[in-house]
Amino acid sequence: MSSGLQKRMQDSFQEHVNEDLIMDCMRCGFCLPACPTYLSTNYDETHSPRGRIALMKAMRDGDVVWDSSVEEAFDLCLGCRACEPACPAGVQYGPLIEETRAAILHAKPQGSKEKILRKGAFDGVFADQDKMQKTIKLVQLYQKSGLQKVTRKFGFLTLFPPFMKEMEGVLPAIEKKKERKHSNNPKKATVAFFTGCLMDTLFQETNRKTIELLEWLGAEVIIPEEQQCCGALHGHSGELEKGMRNARANIDAFDSDAFDFIVNNAGGCGAFLSEYEQHLKQDPHYAEKAARFTEKQIDISSLLIKLGLNEDLKEMKAIDETVVTYQDSCHLKNVNKVFLEPRTLLMDAPGFEFKELIDAGSCCGSAGIYNLLHPEMARRILDAKMNGVKDLQPAVIVTSNPGCLMQMQVGIQREGLDKKMKAVHIVDFLYDAIHKNQMSEVSPA
Amino acid sequence: MKKRIINTFAAIVGQENIRYSQAQLHAYSYDATANFQSKPDLVVAPASTEEIAEIVKLCAKKQIPIVSRGSGTNLAAGTVPTNGGVVILFHRMNEILELDQENLTMTVQPGVITQDISVHAEQHGLFYPPDPSSMKISTIGGNVSENSGGLRGLKYGVTKDYVKALTVVLADGSILKTGGKLAKDVAGYDLTSLLVGSEGTLGIITEITLKLIPLPVYKKTGIAYFNSLEDAAKTVSSIIAHKIIPVTLEFMDRGTIGAIEDFMKMGLPRDAEAMLLLEQDGDEELVERDIQKMIDIAVAKGATSTSIAASSEEADVLKAGRRSALSALARKRPTTILEDATVPRSEIAKMVRAIQEIAQKYNVQISTFGHAGDGNLHPTCLTDIRNKEEMERVEKALEEIFEAAIQLGGTITGEHGVGEMKAPYLEWKIGESGIQVMKLIKQSLDPQNIMNPGKVFAKASKKRLVVHNE
Repeated sequence: MSSGLQKRMQDSFQEHVNEDLIMDCMRCGFCLPACPTYLSTNYDETHSPRGRIALMKAMRDGDVVWDSSVEEAFDLCLGCRACEPACPAGVQYGPLIEETRAAILHAKPQGSKEKILRKGAFDGVFADQDKMQKTIKLVQLYQKSGLQKVTRKFGFLTLFPPFMKEMEGVLPAIEKKKERKHSNNPKKATVAFFTGCLMDTLFQETNRKTIELLEWLGAEVIIPEEQQCCGALHGHSGELEKGMRNARANIDAFDSDAFDFIVNNAGGCGAFLSEYEQHLKQDPHYAEKAARFTEKQIDISSLLIKLGLNEDLKEMKAIDETVVTYQDSCHLKNVNKVFLEPRTLLMDAPGFEFKELIDAGSCCGSAGIYNLLHPEMARRILDAKMNGVKDLQPAVIVTSNPGCLMQMQVGIQREGLDKKMKAVHIVDFLYDAIHKNQMSEVSPA
Repeated sequence: MKKRIINTFAAIVGQENIRYSQAQLHAYSYDATANFQSKPDLVVAPASTEEIAEIVKLCAKKQIPIVSRGSGTNLAAGTVPTNGGVVILFHRMNEILELDQENLTMTVQPGVITQDISVHAEQHGLFYPPDPSSMKISTIGGNVSENSGGLRGLKYGVTKDYVKALTVVLADGSILKTGGKLAKDVAGYDLTSLLVGSEGTLGIITEITLKLIPLPVYKKTGIAYFNSLEDAAKTVSSIIAHKIIPVTLEFMDRGTIGAIEDFMKMGLPRDAEAMLLLEQDGDEELVERDIQKMIDIAVAKGATSTSIAASSEEADVLKAGRRSALSALARKRPTTILEDATVPRSEIAKMVRAIQEIAQKYNVQISTFGHAGDGNLHPTCLTDIRNKEEMERVEKALEEIFEAAIQLGGTITGEHGVGEMKAPYLEWKIGESGIQVMKLIKQSLDPQNIMNPGKVFAKASKKRLVVHNE
């Protein structure tokens, strides 16, 4: 361990990690049972929120030597933030872990390969919706050209860790981008749609159904063109400044009095969008605008209820014979405190009986790109989740976030349950349930 | 610690069950007590009494300190490895071994979470009453070692009242079994009682047989708000004087009410000066009568409003709020230092008043909550450890609270233990002869002082603040 790095790391922690936020933790341990990594590591305090906060403090104070074990403690955090609602002291763990990652990123000498990768991803692809579209086009080509079949057959993917192989198995086929139209239904609200970079590319059909559902309920849906990736992936990886670049662009793109709501259909994005205000409160040019932006944020389930969908669902008569369950999106639940709304909708969905999945509120292990970075831990967490699924035996697992959706699909596939159940996005689920109930008004154009 | 010794520990428990990375040693350097921290040299997770006996023998041979640690929720620095050494974890010993419905006992390993014991008993129509606020996190081994109390202590007593038998590894590595599934047993000294609450300083508890009782069929929860702390305290004394022993009789002051409301958002009135949470269980008729009587007493003593929980869910929310009180108070200032002073319950009003006066005298912020019904209060200093000058005033205030409690016939700790934090004050409560006897016990059972050294006994006792006649 070079003392130069030690010093640099300590300075960086002092610069980036807010001491007052650390001091909010009184170490009572109420967070422990809520933390998926603590439970999955045989109750290793190192991998608990309390342990990580103690290590943040120790790094600031110079009480611990920076080494791979300390780095791993921070790395292995899912960032699911389940510790926050569990914490009576109100510790803001999310900002703390983001600041920690920024501190590490600034002080750590990066291998040139990682640097190029990061630069390419965060400055390039995720910062620019056009590039994202182009990147996706490559994936699209790969999928449509039949190359996918070939590589699956010949094991090109054996080069990847096993988990990535499973992810490959569940990548949805990408739709060709269609022109979007506005509807002429009687107007209840004007809604600006934050399409999300993953949702807009890999999950285009879900986005299309989101728009159609909203229009059917009487919302005018507008998709501001200048919008970009929300910046969550940057923020969670210690690149908060780059994330804020996206934030400012999005705030400008959505800054209009015409919008009653800014809706998103991805829990991970939604949480970060709702935190723009907090992140930009020191920015003289954006503080006010960011507050306006945050105030209008709403997730798709809450908006659907506001527009009266659950009343419509109740009127649709059908025998509830298929079991549906819900896997929470951590950020939707823990940051935006939305967990009743999706359940309310599922309970009213015609033809389905809602049953609660055990520990539905705990992370599935997807956690952004965590399952790619830490496949082993993600797998352990997913295994625990799938035990609950096997007990419940639902026909459908509904989620509110693309990462959770893919992860649950991986889980289903790995357990060999793909003939018995499927994982779907809540919008797709509701759309299809209504469609099946012969509501011709929502049939696809 | 030398690699060779680490390897010997690894040979006992398996390489995957020892922890000694930088991060891990740091993560086991604290518990829930502010301002106490010290790193161990090694963390081991044994799977059996026999493995623990081997660990202790090795520690005895090499004179390595041993600290048993459940979930690290201790509030008196009892699980801080003050002198380094080996921390023993119990997550591999977390089985409920037996529920004996004929003798009404449950035998468990020390790593079982307290709440799991409670739930398991209730699933069989039985009841394990001790319910420390941290019961969702704390382990039964920790509860037994600390003789933990809880919200139901007033009517049902504390952990020691439910421990029937123990298996303990002593400081020389020998295995001792005490007690049994017996209603009566006077065979020699009551070693079970000696070991309960011994804070890991006499041995390591490796198996516990708990007493269970029939689950009460009915319970009801009420609340009363007051314009003054004194009115609430008088209500408490009056309830007891009316020969009502409720399950729970909890007290919270304005600061605590506000902090809980910030966390739970359950609609508590932030302008109330004090709140009492009352619960009674038993037969329906008795419960309804007692709850009504207690509410009547509260009104007579000046309660500004009262209500009875409409459902068990509502009651559970109220109790969950109370359980979160200490941690919720941590919202207010960077550091919370909590006390556990306990007085005879007849003196509760005087104690509450004394705490208020002491807070004023030293100009420190103290919020008080606690188990008013059993005289066990938790005055909590809200402060900032980085402010040296304020910390000095805090320390003086806390010392004066100890002194006030003792003068009222009370104790320095009702349920959190002495640990490292209160060791300098132990002599205030038990006197020189008390310390002498305890030291003799400690020396005879742990002559090398390897069992949780630095706890209970201080290097030097604090001088008492006030000279007075008793």
